[in-house]
Parts: sequence; structure tokens; C-alpha cells
Amino acid sequence: QVEQVKLLDRFSTSNKSLTGTLYLTATHLLFIDSSQRETWILHHHIAAVEKLPLTTSGCPLVIQCKNFRIVHFVVPRERDCHDIYNSLLQLSRTAKYEELYAFSYNPKQNESEQVKGWQLIDLAEEYKRMGVPNDYWQLSDANRDYKICETYPRELYVPRTASKPIIVGSSKFRSKGRFPVLSYYHKNKEAAICRCSQPLSGFSARCLEDEHMLQAISKANPSNRYMYVMDTRPKLNAMANRAAGKGYENEDNYSNIRFQFVGIENIHVMRSSLQKLLEVSGTRGLSVNDFLSGLENSGWLRHIKAVLDAAVFLAKAIAVESASVLVHCSDGWDRTSQVCSLGALLLDSYYRTIKGFMVLIEKDWISFGHKFSDRCCQLDGDPKEISPVFTQFLESVWNLTEQFPQAFEYNEAFLLQIHEHVHSCQFGNFLGNCQKEREELKLKEKTYSLWPFLLTEQKKYQNPLYNPDFSPELTLLEPNTVSFNFKFWRNMYHQFDRSMHPRQSVFNLIMNTSEQNKQLEEDIKELEAKIKQRNGQSDVVLEKEQEQTAHHAPVALKSPPCFQKEQPPMPVNDAVRTIEGSNTADNRYSELVSEFSKAEPAVVSLEYGVARMTC
Amino acid sequence: MEFAELIKTPRADNVVLHRPFHLAVEGTLCLTGHHLIFSSRRQDNAEELWLLHSNIDSIDKRFVGSLGTIVIKCKDLRIIQLDIPGMEECLNIASSIEALSTLDSVTLMYPFFYRPMFEVLEDGWSSFLLEQEFELLSSVTDEWRLSCVNKEFSVCPSYPPVVIVPKSVDDEALRKVALFRHGGRFPVLSYYHKKNGMAMMRSSQPLTGTNGRRCKEDEKLVNATLRSGRRGFVIDTRPLTVAQQARAKGGGFEQEVHYPQWRRIHKYIERFNILQESFIKLVEACNDQSHNMDRWLSKLEASNWLTHIKELLTAACLAAQCIDREGASVLVHGSEGTDSTLQVTSLAQIILDPRCRTIRGFEALIVREWLQAGHPFQQRCAQSAYSNSKQKWEAPVFLLFLECVWQIHRQFPCSFEFNEQFLLMLFEHAYASQFGTFLGNNENERAKLKLPQKTMSLWSWVNRPEELSRFQNPLYEANNLVIWPSVAPQSLQLWEGVFLRWNRPSRFLEEAEEERINIIKYNKELQARVNALRRRLAELEAEDEEPEE
Repeated sequence: QVEQVKLLDRFSTSNKSLTGTLYLTATHLLFIDSSQRETWILHHHIAAVEKLPLTTSGCPLVIQCKNFRIVHFVVPRERDCHDIYNSLLQLSRTAKYEELYAFSYNPKQNESEQVKGWQLIDLAEEYKRMGVPNDYWQLSDANRDYKICETYPRELYVPRTASKPIIVGSSKFRSKGRFPVLSYYHKNKEAAICRCSQPLSGFSARCLEDEHMLQAISKANPSNRYMYVMDTRPKLNAMANRAAGKGYENEDNYSNIRFQFVGIENIHVMRSSLQKLLEVSGTRGLSVNDFLSGLENSGWLRHIKAVLDAAVFLAKAIAVESASVLVHCSDGWDRTSQVCSLGALLLDSYYRTIKGFMVLIEKDWISFGHKFSDRCCQLDGDPKEISPVFTQFLESVWNLTEQFPQAFEYNEAFLLQIHEHVHSCQFGNFLGNCQKEREELKLKEKTYSLWPFLLTEQKKYQNPLYNPDFSPELTLLEPNTVSFNFKFWRNMYHQFDRSMHPRQSVFNLIMNTSEQNKQLEEDIKELEAKIKQRNGQSDVVLEKEQEQTAHHAPVALKSPPCFQKEQPPMPVNDAVRTIEGSNTADNRYSELVSEFSKAEPAVVSLEYGVARMTC
Repeated sequence: MEFAELIKTPRADNVVLHRPFHLAVEGTLCLTGHHLIFSSRRQDNAEELWLLHSNIDSIDKRFVGSLGTIVIKCKDLRIIQLDIPGMEECLNIASSIEALSTLDSVTLMYPFFYRPMFEVLEDGWSSFLLEQEFELLSSVTDEWRLSCVNKEFSVCPSYPPVVIVPKSVDDEALRKVALFRHGGRFPVLSYYHKKNGMAMMRSSQPLTGTNGRRCKEDEKLVNATLRSGRRGFVIDTRPLTVAQQARAKGGGFEQEVHYPQWRRIHKYIERFNILQESFIKLVEACNDQSHNMDRWLSKLEASNWLTHIKELLTAACLAAQCIDREGASVLVHGSEGTDSTLQVTSLAQIILDPRCRTIRGFEALIVREWLQAGHPFQQRCAQSAYSNSKQKWEAPVFLLFLECVWQIHRQFPCSFEFNEQFLLMLFEHAYASQFGTFLGNNENERAKLKLPQKTMSLWSWVNRPEELSRFQNPLYEANNLVIWPSVAPQSLQLWEGVFLRWNRPSRFLEEAEEERINIIKYNKELQARVNALRRRLAELEAEDEEPEE
């Protein structure tokens, strides 16, 4: 505990600050300012801690978080600062999975609730929904004991005509044994999205079983003779891989394939791209042109566009040409996951529902072995393994929600909350790198699943504009991927920089109004019932009178005090419309000190909510 | 002159109209004196396009065999293409359109011929008189007076006949001050901040010249707005070097020696051809769908448009801050005081004054700070982004202002009574209109053209209840606070409603907007019903209780 610590606004031009007390707990860093407002930061969220040179007012400490929050403390005494610095360094680095927050987090659920929570998302059920097994596809038990591929799930769907020797042979010809398997089945088009890793083709090697495997996939689609093979890497990278005995499919060796590169960059390029983006967006007193050229130089939006373009290509191949598509990159767990999941999202409206999105993440990301632990740096490990691949996926989805405001059941807050928990290590879902590892860690017994928690607070994540009839089942969503449609995701990268947000949020207003409408509908039913009870007379007369009174609504507001006690007429609106920060100047010209937390609970108090759960 | 002389081919059949994101339509093209009319002949779904010739910014023609193609680029940034069979017809039509869209006499413009199909409920020409404004002002302070010194437009040709000035300064002094200010634009009241009694004045640059000429009356006039012992701020919209250079041409700035109570701040706002080029570059970038991400971002950057937005918003915030936070009076000027000066004073009022965020108040602001204040609309809005003729007077000054309002609107979506459509409508009418409101460069010219007698005012039309309903913001709830926008680049956005309006499918966005409005409307209905039912229930309860008593 350190007192008299100052919290600075990182974009503020003036030197005003909040003064308060800093606490370190086993799991969180907590700052309570003089007006008793709390800022909680989970240790697992801390990406970097930096001590800046001593100033006259004290020792500055900058903490960067994985959810893009950056806090700037000034600690009066250097020794305290040093102590905090060291403690944070230790606390934010975890060596073993068992030390992660998820293993100590206890949401006061009993065992059966915990089990039930883990059963919420059932992938077998999901494959059934897609329409497999069927005449062409079956469940394979080849990987039941993780013998063929350690990073795949136990249950895999393959073409019926792919026998076990073909599977085994094909897996030996694929990097990390990740042979082609079903990711999504489009029952109307009878076409499939399959995924795998790169073939070990080198310059000339071939593998008959693998060729059979691809043939089996294309034959499993009765409506089209050819299939696409999408290599999501830039052509140069794929060619370079040949020197290492890896590479890509030779069209001459495989019958009826159409091979296509789509040019998404690798994890290292993405990591440094995000780094550059954050450097630009974190600059104080940024000019418009520096921002735009920084945005351009970071390449970030270019990468997002590349990912979405690839997904559109995939989805069109299926929806327009009824062709099956096999997607791979190098190992088939980063770019492949992005493209397969986004492609499915464009094809199937189920994934645009809250539950469906959870299923999609469980299927294409968690079960197929996207290395969450390495990519999100859950344990102290190789910094070169860190990459914002999943963040890019969420950002691509956000871009789609911007273009199709009525197509998604979930809202931005849902995406942000998932992003939050991918890094929080509070729930078991994203721990580890693959299913095998998760089973060994006994996550289902020792930790809790995130999804039931998100469902219980579902209201916060619902899109009030959602129209379930927007796109009938299995109709393709066709986004416009012209460059100007892609925007900087301010609410992700500046989620905690309140001064940059619109002071009034249309979204929250609509959300609350929509919520209120439901309540009012209830009230009307209740009132009508009460009136009916009291008034035994005929309903016809009653309704007529209602109509008349409805026209005099303003008069009705000045109603007798008797019912005002029961329920004051809807105060919700006022709270939402309250202007944040408009009684003080914005920090661009002077300091902004105001109550932010009130009106936007969904976005603001994310880790606030987490903290409450622990307390 | 008869329009018929210009129309060589009044009608062509089998013309095909192409628009982005629409199917091509075949139909008949007609040219009238003021309109290009296209109507599809399909019985089931007859489609008509009426385009004002004055909305046409540029026209290109090309031929493939005998099939001619005309590409029409409009001032509202829309681009349409017409395929016209027959080379002669096509050439005739193209040259007619060219002639009709570039008429140089104002009195031939459509507003002089337009006959409204609606009943005029309120004549917009007299809706916003400065006298009414002054009445409001005099209910809170008696430090100001109306001056008719410019009744004959003789003191300042670009000022209206009446202006508001400090009470302590007489007309004789005003005449002297006018001689000391560029174009006679002596300091007048732009805005009075009721909260603390501070004033914002606007003028043009003082004519100090190289030898530092001074004018006692001018000093007295500006000092009259100061509270005793308080300082004021002069916001000069030119950089210091430009202001210094202006002295060589007889212009200049307020020197500290002569205005000791005033602090001068130079806040540079780009003008004229620089703005126009920026506008042209931006529109070019937005119209090219083939740009990859890097090219799009670098083109967006190279246009500098958003930089201008940020600079202008910052200057307006600065002026507002001086008034509201520093409790100081402000004088704003650049060189002529007809462009950047008006941008700053009007935006500062949007920030400070809740009334300017209502429909009526915003209209009054446009009239007061733009039309009456002598922004040369006719010069600035003669051409838009596609014009080949590079007139040095053209500049999207007003559009830039509207976009800044839109940026603030986006950050405070519940604090404005009007919606985005309202701003778009003003943009369109400033460039091409059936109404006379934006014709002429100042009140003097408008009086000479007898616009109030000969043309219809835009406000007469807009303020009709059925039109107003289209421009109302369903989220609006009066907010009496000062609203400080964020000017960080991350908070600014391209105004897609203007620049991407014709370049992307907007159906889904429009439907979503409709749904938002429905939710709000439904909410109001439900509340009314609940209140009605509660009342009914209360009555019943009262009836039940009565017999017991």
C-alpha cells in the first residue's frame, strides 16, 4: 500500500491528476482516488511496467496492459516506486499454469453448476446442427488418444471415403500432423470448409495418401467437382518454406484443385504492426497527419482487410460456386483459424448470435489448437510467440458489425469482453495451447468456463438493433471491403481513454431504451390486468377510454401523487443522456475531471465487474 | 435571353442512366431551362430523376461508335452517367447542359423562376431579423445597442444594415473605425455569453500598415467589451508571419502597445485555394474504389482535410474556452473577416450556446453569422470538387463548418435538435437550390437583387412542419451545458454522409437508423400508454374508495 500516488491522464496536456492510494493484492493492482473511485488492474493483464526518470513530483511508473489500458502513476518516493515495480514484475510473470488466476478464482458456484457451465458449449451438438455426420462425412476416431495429432481435438470429422491409412499417411505429410479435417459444413450447398497445415512437399515431395485425402474431400461434395485450396500466406513466404521441406500443394499432383494464395502476413509481422499502431495511438498531441501516416505505416488496417478479404473469398467459393475449400497456412492454427471462422460467420447467421459466436470460438479457435497461451503470453515465455491474431479476428468481426448493424445479436461490448478474458486468465477456456494440454491441466474440474458468465449478463451484450430476420439462415453476408470501410477501432485501443469517446453514446441510449421498452410492455400487461380486475365492466368500453386517455399523455404525467409512490415515471433516460464531461472542459484544452463510470457500464467497468466477483 | 436557344435537343429517348449501386435504367431524357429530367418508361416502377442544372459541376462526354456517353459530376458529389444513342443528340445535349449549368447571370438562376407548390406559412425572409436577436439580448444586458449606421451599406458594403455594437460607442466613431478596418468591417457583437456576460466580437484586420497606424475609436470600441481590470483575447486566424506580412499591404494586427489589455493568439486556419485543393483531393480519394489500404490512407492524409477540421475545431474550442473558462471577452478576425472568422465564431457558439443546437437556433446562426455577416456564398460555392475552372474565390469554407458541426454532433448525438440530414440539406442548398437564400455575396447584393421579393426563402420551406419532421433528431433532449468536443485525431472521422454517400451501399445503415428511430418512437408510445393506464387505474381506485368514505 502506497499513499499519495498520482494517476495521470496519458493524453492530458495539463499536469492535473488524481491523487489516491495504490494497493497491491495477490491478483490485482488497485488504485482508489480521493473521491473513492476504484481502478482495478488484473496482474495478468499487465504487459509491461516501466519506470521513468525521477521528476520533481515523484517517480513515474507506466503500466501497459494487454487490453490496451495504459496507466501512468507518479509515486512520491522512489523506494516505494521501486518496490512496486519489482512486485509487479514478479506478479505479472507467471511460470506455471497452476499459478494463474483461473485456478484460484472462485465464483461461488457448486460443482454441478461448474460442470454444467462447461457443458454449455457442445461441439458434437454443433456438428449435428451443421448436418454431419451424413452420407459423405463421418466422425473419425483416429485421433481419439491424440495419437495422430496432439494439437487437434479428439473428435474430428472427415470424408467417409478417407480410410484410416489415408488419414495417417496424410497426417505424416502435414506439418505437426495437422491433416485436412472438416471445420464447417454448409448443408444447403453440400460444400465444406476444411482446414489443415502446410504439406511437407519441399521442392518435389508428394504423398499419395494426402492426394487421396484431398480427393476424398472434393468427392464428398456432390455439387461441385473441383475444390479450392487456399494458402493464406503470401506466396513468397510459402515458397521460402519449401527450402525447409515444407511448402504448398502442387496443382499438378492433386486432381481438381484450384490453388490460391491470399497473402495474410505471419504472426511476427502482425505483432510488430500492432506495436507500431499502439505507438502511434499513444502519442500525445498527435496531429491528424501523423495519425494517418502512422496508421498507414503500421499496416494494421491493411492486415485486417487482408483477413476479411480472404474470408470473403472463402465464403463466396462456398455460397456462389458450391465448392469445398481447404484452408491452411503454415501450422494451420493462426491465419487458418481466422479465415475459417470468419468465412463461417459470413455464411451462417447462427454464428452471429451470442451463443453461436461462443460456439465458433470454441470450435475454430480453442478446439483446433490456436495457441492462446503462447499468443497472449499467459505464461512467461518466448516473446516471439506473442501475436494479436485473435484480436484481429475480433476486429474483423467488429468491422462487419459496423457494416451490418442489424445482422448481429451481440454488440461491441461482447467482443471487448471476450478480448478482456482471453488475456485475463480468469476462466479456463483460453488457458493452454491445445485441448490435450487443457485436459492434462484438468481445467474443467479446477477452473470455470467463461461462457455461462457472459450468458448471465447477456443483456449487456445484446445488440438492440438486431433483427433475426435480417438474413435468413445460410444466406451469405457480403461485406464491402473497399479500403475506406475499415476504421480505426477506437473503443478497443482507447477503451480506457475516456476523453476520446463521444460524450453521449447513441448505442447505450438505444440499448437502454430498448430495455425500457420491454419493461414498459410488462407494465402495460400488469396494469391492464389490474384494471380488468377492478373493472368488471365490458372490455370494449375500457379500451375506448384507454385510447382517449392515450391522446392526453402530457396531462397524464401530472397524475395524482398516489401512484408516483409506486413507480416514478421512468428515470432511466435521464441518466443515459447525462453529458459526460461537459461541465468541465475536455482535456485537449484543459483537464477533464468528471464522473465517467455512471452512464456506460457495459464498456467502462469491465474489470470492475471482474473485481466485484472476486470480492 | 430565352433558355430555348440553349436547348438544341430538348428530349432524347432510349437513354440509359447508370448510377453506382443501382441497376442501369432505360428511359427518356428531357432538358428544361433549369432541370435535367430523366424518367424511366417502365410502367410498374416509374423512376424519375430531376437534376438542377446549377447542381452540375462538370460534364464529360465520350463516344463509342454512335453511342455517346455523358458523365455528369454534381456539386453534391454524385456522379451519374447517361448513355445517349446518336452522336448529334449526345453532342447537343452535352453542350446544352454545359451552357445551362454555367449561366453567369444570377437573375437567370432557378430561384427567380421557381414557384413553390406549398403554402407559405411563415416567410423565411423575415424569420430571423437582427432586431429580434437584439430584443433577446436587451432582456439580459443594456450594454449594447442596435446601430443603423450601415443603413445604406455605405460604411461597410458587406455588413447588414443593422449591427449590434457597444452602447458607449456612437455611430460617428463607428464610421471612423470602419475606415481603420479592412473592407470597413468594424468590430461588432457576434455572441453574448449570458452565463458570465462575456462577449465575442468579430471584425476584419486593422489597417495598421507598416508605420503602425492606430485608431483611438477602434481601441475604445474593443475595450468597451472588457470588464474593468480584465483582459481580452484577440484570436487572429492567421499565423504571426502572415499577419506581419499583411502590414506591407496596409493590413496588420492589434499591437500590444495600443491594445494593452488584449492578448493576441494566432491560430492558423487554412483558406481559399488550399482548402479547395484539399477538398478536390479528398473527393478524388473517396471516389477511387480500387485504392489499397496504404494508398487510401496516404491519400486521405495527403488531402489534409481532417487536419483542417482539427485546426478549425481547436480554434473554435479556444475561443469558447476564453469566454467560458477564462471569463474573457474575445475578438476574432483574420484578414477580411468573411471566412475563417465566421467559422470560428459560429462554431464557438455551437459549443457555448444550447440555442444554436436547436433547429430554429441553428438556422438563426446561419443567417446571422454567415448570410448577414457577409460570407460570399456566391463566390465560394460557385463550383464544387469536380470543376475544371480554377477560380481563386472558390473554397468549401461553409462545408468545412458544416462538417465541424457534424463532428461535434457525433460526439454529442443527443444534444442537437437536428439530424445529419439537416446538415446535408444545407450543404446541398448552399451549392444549388431552388431557393434564393444562398444567392448573392452579402445583404447588399441580396437587396439589390430584390431576393426577398423575387425568390422564396429556404427557411419558408424547411420550417414547414412536414419538412421539419425529416430533420428532427429523435434522440434530442435539450442540454443547457457547454459541450466540449474531443479534437484528438482518433476522435475525428471522415464525414461519410457527404464523401462516401454515393460510393457505397447504404441500405443496411439506413435501415439500422430507421430501427433506432422506431425504438425511440415505440418508447414514447409505450410511456404514453403506461401513463394513461396508470391514470385510469388511479381513477378506478378513487371510485372504489369513495363509497367507503
